[in-house]
Amino acid sequence: MSGAEAGNGVENRAGSTAGNRAESRAESRAGNSPGSGAGDEPLLRIRDLVVSYRVGGGPVHAVRSVSLTVRQGETVAIVGESGCGKSTTAHAVAGLQASNAVIGGGEILFGGTDLARLGERRMRAVRGRDIGLIPQDPTVSLNPVKRIGSQVAEVLIVHGLANRRDAAAQAVEALRRAGLPDPETRARQYPHELSGGMRQRVLIAIAVAARPRLIIADEPTSALDVTVQRHILDHIEHLSRETGMGVLLITHDLGIAADRADRVVVMREGRVVEEGVPERLLTDPHEPYTRDLLAAAPSLATERPTLLAVRAARGRAGRARTTGVTGDPFAGRAPAESPAPASGRADDVLMSAHGLVKEYPLPLGRGKTRAVDDVHFAIRRGRTYGLVGESGSGKSTTARLLLRLTDATEGRIVFDGEDITRLRGGRLRSLRRRIQVVYQNPYASLNPRLSVERIIEDPLVSFGLGTRRQRRRRAAELLDVVALPAAVLRRRPAELSGGQRQRVAIARALAVNPELVVCDEPVSALDVSIQAQILDLLVGLQTDLGVSYVFISHDLAVVRQVAHQVGVMRGGRLIEQGDADDVFSRPRQAYTRELLDAIPGHRR
Amino acid sequence: MPARYVARRVVQALFVLWAAFTVSFVILYMLPGDPVSVLAGSDSGRDITPEQLDALRHEYGLDRPVIIQYLTRLADVVHGEFGRSVQSHQPVQTMIADALPATAQIAGLGLLLAVLFGTGLALAATYVSWGWLRQALLSLPPLGVAIPSFWFGLLLLQVFSFRLGLFPAVGNEGLAGVVLPAVTLALPSAATIAQLLAKSMSTTLREPYIETARAKGAGRPRIHFRHAVRNAALPALTVAGLVVGNLLAGSVVTETVFSRTGLGRLTALAVGTQDIPVVQGLVVFAALVFVLINLAVDLVYPLLDPRIARRSAAVS
Amino acid sequence: MTDLTSVFHPGAEPGAADEPHTTAVAGAPVRGGAREVLTFLARRPGLVAAVGWVALVLPAAFAPGLLTSADPLAASPADKLAAPSALHPLGTDELGRDLYARVVHGAGLSLKATVIAVLVGLLAGSVLGLLAGFLRGWADDVIMRVVDVLLAIPGLLLSLALVTALGFGTVNVAVAVGVASVASCARVMRSEVLRVRHSLYVEAAHAGGARWTRVLVRHVLPNSSGPVLVLAALEFGTSILSVSALSFLGYGAQPPTPEWGSLIASGRDYLAVAWWMTTMPGLTIAATVLAANRISRMLDGEWRHRG
Repeated sequence: MSGAEAGNGVENRAGSTAGNRAESRAESRAGNSPGSGAGDEPLLRIRDLVVSYRVGGGPVHAVRSVSLTVRQGETVAIVGESGCGKSTTAHAVAGLQASNAVIGGGEILFGGTDLARLGERRMRAVRGRDIGLIPQDPTVSLNPVKRIGSQVAEVLIVHGLANRRDAAAQAVEALRRAGLPDPETRARQYPHELSGGMRQRVLIAIAVAARPRLIIADEPTSALDVTVQRHILDHIEHLSRETGMGVLLITHDLGIAADRADRVVVMREGRVVEEGVPERLLTDPHEPYTRDLLAAAPSLATERPTLLAVRAARGRAGRARTTGVTGDPFAGRAPAESPAPASGRADDVLMSAHGLVKEYPLPLGRGKTRAVDDVHFAIRRGRTYGLVGESGSGKSTTARLLLRLTDATEGRIVFDGEDITRLRGGRLRSLRRRIQVVYQNPYASLNPRLSVERIIEDPLVSFGLGTRRQRRRRAAELLDVVALPAAVLRRRPAELSGGQRQRVAIARALAVNPELVVCDEPVSALDVSIQAQILDLLVGLQTDLGVSYVFISHDLAVVRQVAHQVGVMRGGRLIEQGDADDVFSRPRQAYTRELLDAIPGHRR
Repeated sequence: MPARYVARRVVQALFVLWAAFTVSFVILYMLPGDPVSVLAGSDSGRDITPEQLDALRHEYGLDRPVIIQYLTRLADVVHGEFGRSVQSHQPVQTMIADALPATAQIAGLGLLLAVLFGTGLALAATYVSWGWLRQALLSLPPLGVAIPSFWFGLLLLQVFSFRLGLFPAVGNEGLAGVVLPAVTLALPSAATIAQLLAKSMSTTLREPYIETARAKGAGRPRIHFRHAVRNAALPALTVAGLVVGNLLAGSVVTETVFSRTGLGRLTALAVGTQDIPVVQGLVVFAALVFVLINLAVDLVYPLLDPRIARRSAAVS
Repeated sequence: MTDLTSVFHPGAEPGAADEPHTTAVAGAPVRGGAREVLTFLARRPGLVAAVGWVALVLPAAFAPGLLTSADPLAASPADKLAAPSALHPLGTDELGRDLYARVVHGAGLSLKATVIAVLVGLLAGSVLGLLAGFLRGWADDVIMRVVDVLLAIPGLLLSLALVTALGFGTVNVAVAVGVASVASCARVMRSEVLRVRHSLYVEAAHAGGARWTRVLVRHVLPNSSGPVLVLAALEFGTSILSVSALSFLGYGAQPPTPEWGSLIASGRDYLAVAWWMTTMPGLTIAATVLAANRISRMLDGEWRHRG
């Protein structure tokens, strides 16, 4: 049974609410959408599409068999993890596949024409005019040396839709339609003068300037902050409703797909796994893979118990596995040897920050900027403090201050009763044994030249702990703790997947039995299903070892899964903090509410 | 353009000039052997008595402490005085001024050829869609970089002067005499420009904004020449000073090969006779050219790259 | 020759979001067997030729007797200016000396001078770049100012100034060429050190409690050494050109000692009658430089990014 048939079947079975709604939407604009064909012929019909890449070792099949349809005015989301072929499919529709990609079979019918067999010259007439593309990362998708206005006008000029003078005026109009404030001024500016969200609006203006019938949005918001993300998606939806464009939305986030799409197509390893209206997919997924994705998606977890709750209910059964860790030469100093149980006293503060300020000088003596501004908080023993904020909010600088990788301009940091703000030399080094770090990007945080064994051993060697043999045993043990097979010891980071690398980074952090681990966006570089595993591991290790975490993330949904206390940062200030439950259920600040509302997956 | 930005660049340029003078002073005057004893050791100086030698030393100020020598020479250079040649006793600046036009001819034509052929090759190589032709074109610049230019000049002489008789083999006369030396000078520079620009072009063509342009339906010519070239040329522009400097240095070999007079020949002779004041004058002159070119590039750059324009405006 | 720091970028991996990654596949072996090496080489005939040429030139430099039994200094006026033939594969010069023997024996002086130049440039440059990149602060400022100034003087001219001060001869020429390349080496080394220093795994090592000596030895140096190797190969090519240019101008090896640059210089007077006297050594130099540059390109991540 091909994917298309499956999709239709599903739709027939479940198509009560959403199907009707999509149809009624389509009908309501049938009148004002020019060039629309008969209602039953879909705008885009992909049938059994096969795309492969020619690489050194022979062809790699990125898309094995994909069938899907997009009707007029309908938004169809393709959801899947990295490497599932969703982006390749989208690029094939726009004829923008990489130069080493080959369409091996199937057809892409767009308004009756098979785009898969259209030559480059004729494809060019379709691209931009009938099919618009909204790219992934707005910060790099505009030509840095051309003015905004001329970049928007170009699409009209290329297709002969306007002469030079009209094009400029129409470009301003397109920018206005894309929701860019003060479009006349913006049109005269260069891309670097605009924020990321504004640039994405420019790209939307480029995509819709020629009033295409289909928009392909390839992860249009994954590079943007959550609050901006929401506005951009709102606007795409608004435009689609207004003009009757079909939208093919590519996303890794099931929450976004559920919020925004009339139908969702789940892809895995180049094939369509399941297809259906979001209501049905969310409540009654037929395929195990869809169920896994659902379970892993943090944004959809609002009604589910958090990982912390799950762990607490499961009790401490998993402990036996790691008990061998204590009592060996690597155990930390006295406090670490008796890890505080997760149910320890709530006022048992391990680390606290008092009026922390970090200023950076602006270039050429033009004053200073405050990256961290008067921040107070306390991290409790055996607990997780979640620090949330958008890019530039100062959360990563705060992490570096806590790690003593950079010095505070003002304020104090107290660790286990001792003021460590100005610690230097040997005493700073022995402090490092008690505070470790896990970084966001596991591809960059592991030395590419060392084997996994050496990487995990590295902190032990730094502190001169144990003999060579003991260290090896310890590395093997830690690998087991983070649930990696022993065979990984001999490998190098390049041979591991992202999730495996992050496990290695966690093992390295745990090697010296630290009391506090600072996790700086530890899962944001990973696919959702891997994310869920790593989060589960971190929470499990806390229950077993009593380690405290500072957990930094831009993703509220992720933080909600693991944090006991939460602090919300904005513009260097900690604007709200408290117990996670309180902050999430009864936010006091408007900004926190906005962040919470921006979590996708709420709308249905 | 903000005046403070310009002022900053000019001060930087003056600093580099001063430092280049100092470096050449350290190399030429503080390493063992002073110009006068070199003169004494040469054939023409056989019959010089020790007294005459001392007199000469006194004349060139070599009997004074190094720091005094340095300061006097620096003061002279600031006033445009580079001293006198040990060999010919002519003022160095006059010798340079006399030799400059001949070298400027071949270097100017060489630069033109290098830019034309270098950019042409790079653009052609990144534009053609046939894999084999692209490979063939891209293999040319490494070849150009590898060929010793003195041999290339001789090869040109052999083929075009001796075999075909198209150009004169030696001398400074006429337009025809300029062609072969200019081609010789241009070869390594053209190859360098082609390599840089081709690399820059292929990086640029992988940028996401190129995909945006393709998504608009723009054709290959538009994408290459409206979008990619300007972005790709920016990094290549920063080596302009280096390219011109190498043209100047290349004239040493080229003018020797073609028996032309000019700055290069002057350099070769001065080095051959260890005529230290002349060598120093030439080194400082080369640094001056480099500095002027880079100053020009710095001032033009913000006009081509709006990102720099804002940064430079922020400086003021 | 070229501005090294701008030609020289560790290759960035292109690829759209969905393109299959060769590395991310869990557990897939990255280093291939002999078979993979063979396919790698089979697709790169130029590289094979380059390695082959170097394998031929190196013994010529250190044991010329292996490649020719003829005496490079033995004149035989009867055979003077003979065109290439079976007896004299590259012909003879104005005194009837075998050009093949002279080119083979000339390799010794040319390559030894080149090796000295590369060592001087690379060692001094690396130390300066390392200090600048690792110490930062005023040391960095001072070193990089000096480097900027040295870069303002064309390399060949700087070498000529040094030769003027040091005097003529092959060793002086080699040292002069080496000193002239110090600046660009220092620049590459510094940017490498900065790249590695700012990498997350170095910060992780710091945060992990490693002393800075350990960070330097275990994390920074090994990861900066690859690019320096690339640079060394590239410098080798450039230095051969500079050394032979200075010899051609007459500041290096003095006749009758054979050296590639001076061989071409002596052939200059016989251009019209004996083309082989300049062409053969010229081709030899070009081939050696080409080979060095090709190998440098291979070292610059071509194997890592193969496919």
